Amino acid sequence: MTQAKPRAKKLPLKERYALLTRDLDWEPSYVEREKLFPYTSYEGIKIHDWDGWQDPFRLTVDAYYKYQAEKDKRLYAVLDSFAQSQGHLGLADASYLNAIKLFIQGVTPLEYAAHRHFAYLARYLEGPAPRFAALCQSVDELRHCQTQIHTISNYNKYYGGFHSWSKMHDRVWYLSVPKSLFDDAMTAGPFEFLISISFSFEYLLTNLLFVPFMSGASFNGDMPTMSFGFSAQSDESRHMTLGLEAIKFLLEQDEGNVPIIQAWIDKWFWRAYRMSALVAGMMDYMLPKPVMSWKEAFELYFEDQMLGGLFPDLEYYGITPPRHVEDAIAEKDHLSHQVYKILHNFSFAAAFTTQTPSEEHSAWLSEQYPGSYDELYKPVWDKHARTEAAGGRIFFQGLPQLCQVCQVPMAFTEPDDPTAISFRTSEFTGETFHTCSNGCKWIFDREPEKFVQAWLPVHQIYQGNCGGPSVPEVLDWYGIQDGDNGEYKGSPDQRSWAEWHSGAPKQES
Amino acid sequence: MTSTLRQVGIDIQDAEENRPLVNAIKADNPELTIRHLPGLLKLQAAGRIVINRETVESQLGREWDTGEFQLAIVSYAGNFSEWDDDQIIVSWEH
Repeated sequence: MTQAKPRAKKLPLKERYALLTRDLDWEPSYVEREKLFPYTSYEGIKIHDWDGWQDPFRLTVDAYYKYQAEKDKRLYAVLDSFAQSQGHLGLADASYLNAIKLFIQGVTPLEYAAHRHFAYLARYLEGPAPRFAALCQSVDELRHCQTQIHTISNYNKYYGGFHSWSKMHDRVWYLSVPKSLFDDAMTAGPFEFLISISFSFEYLLTNLLFVPFMSGASFNGDMPTMSFGFSAQSDESRHMTLGLEAIKFLLEQDEGNVPIIQAWIDKWFWRAYRMSALVAGMMDYMLPKPVMSWKEAFELYFEDQMLGGLFPDLEYYGITPPRHVEDAIAEKDHLSHQVYKILHNFSFAAAFTTQTPSEEHSAWLSEQYPGSYDELYKPVWDKHARTEAAGGRIFFQGLPQLCQVCQVPMAFTEPDDPTAISFRTSEFTGETFHTCSNGCKWIFDREPEKFVQAWLPVHQIYQGNCGGPSVPEVLDWYGIQDGDNGEYKGSPDQRSWAEWHSGAPKQES
Repeated sequence: MTSTLRQVGIDIQDAEENRPLVNAIKADNPELTIRHLPGLLKLQAAGRIVINRETVESQLGREWDTGEFQLAIVSYAGNFSEWDDDQIIVSWEH
């Protein structure tokens, strides 16, 4: 065994962190504190001692840049070798790229939004420790946005549909689901933002949102996405810590904070969970080689780790598991199937393609969902398969009604009856508003003034704000080009796949 | 404070350079279970997982800063109840 050399003398981590973070802070002398930090009182949260905030990572500027540089170096080595070795030829199937298109359209712009908002927190939170943690996270999020664009650009040389994702994020119907969630968080106060994004999104549900994408990438031959994903996730561990630290700090500071935080957890668990429905559909239907079913991931990452591990810890502060969590558990056998049916029906207006699951894939779904698939969902796919065998393809003609809160088309079923559509309404200022679930209705009723302002893509089309009244005009306004959308079989991507994999030499143009 | 035996976990990138680290964690946490998922290793134990700098260094044969753990971790379940120059501990607090 090699003997380690005596360690170089330096200050212990705790002292280094205290010196470089807290001791660089100062009390304002010629500006009133309330003017310097104007946003930390109106939400009703009381903070008595900002120094009660602990960063377990004890990160300092020098350490931060050292480790981040190393992470980028490792990632870019993978990207280079992938590009040089024609790594795109190792993909399981070109249909896999639909998952990556959903990612760059739906998630990458959120990284940029997070970058912006953490920069704001890095300025306006009062304690030096949370300010510095927010600053690091702001830089992280920009790195994630950039490395994701860079990584995915590799496929743009060989396959279609990777253009215009930023514009699409602002305009296309299913992308209003993630966009509106983040807009909701960014227009909340700084403390609600911490509970929404740092705690509910990053700590409670990040594993469900990201790890399946990355394991899916690894299993389907997409090395670069796996690498950027895990590189980003290593930052994510720090972000999770910030989320957990934020909630414990706020709960410890004042007992009056507890009911405020509980209501935010109740709201944001359901908001983030509803958005993860898109990930559920992706995991179960869009990966040519599926890794783990949504149901299994939900049980492992949410029920075991969060309900079994985290919430007993938070009970100490008087926090209970999120309201409506039972509804989420009740629909775990159904969520992914219902979402993918929506995407499959409306993919003529999406910036990715869909397909009826193959027999092999259908057998896997049947194995994963013994209590629901054969009875409720397989017959629908079998009907699609028969139609397609006769040369047809069923798309839904018309526009769906959207939930006023989560903005997913209203196609989810009742928690206790998977054959009845869950349909809730609320009255506000003489108008009726529709929501898809008990969770979304509760959220609407709590803040109707906010949610009546939702930019609902279907309403916007009817109001004439989306390029025109016909499908081609709307698609043009979305930035969707012919072949980006519709059915996978016979699509330009499938043809490119066949060409790249036929022995005939092809020149890169 | 009573110690809890609820599961804690650490997910680590399944990479050659992380093998000595995983071996060190195995050595210091005899109850550890390891689950392989594509691209990552899911380490779980009841109550807590401890990472000792000295054990990692003896596996690596070189100096190792506990901060380098940031290069290996993908995710975790629990709370970093300690992270100093010599030790990292993941556990639930209550």
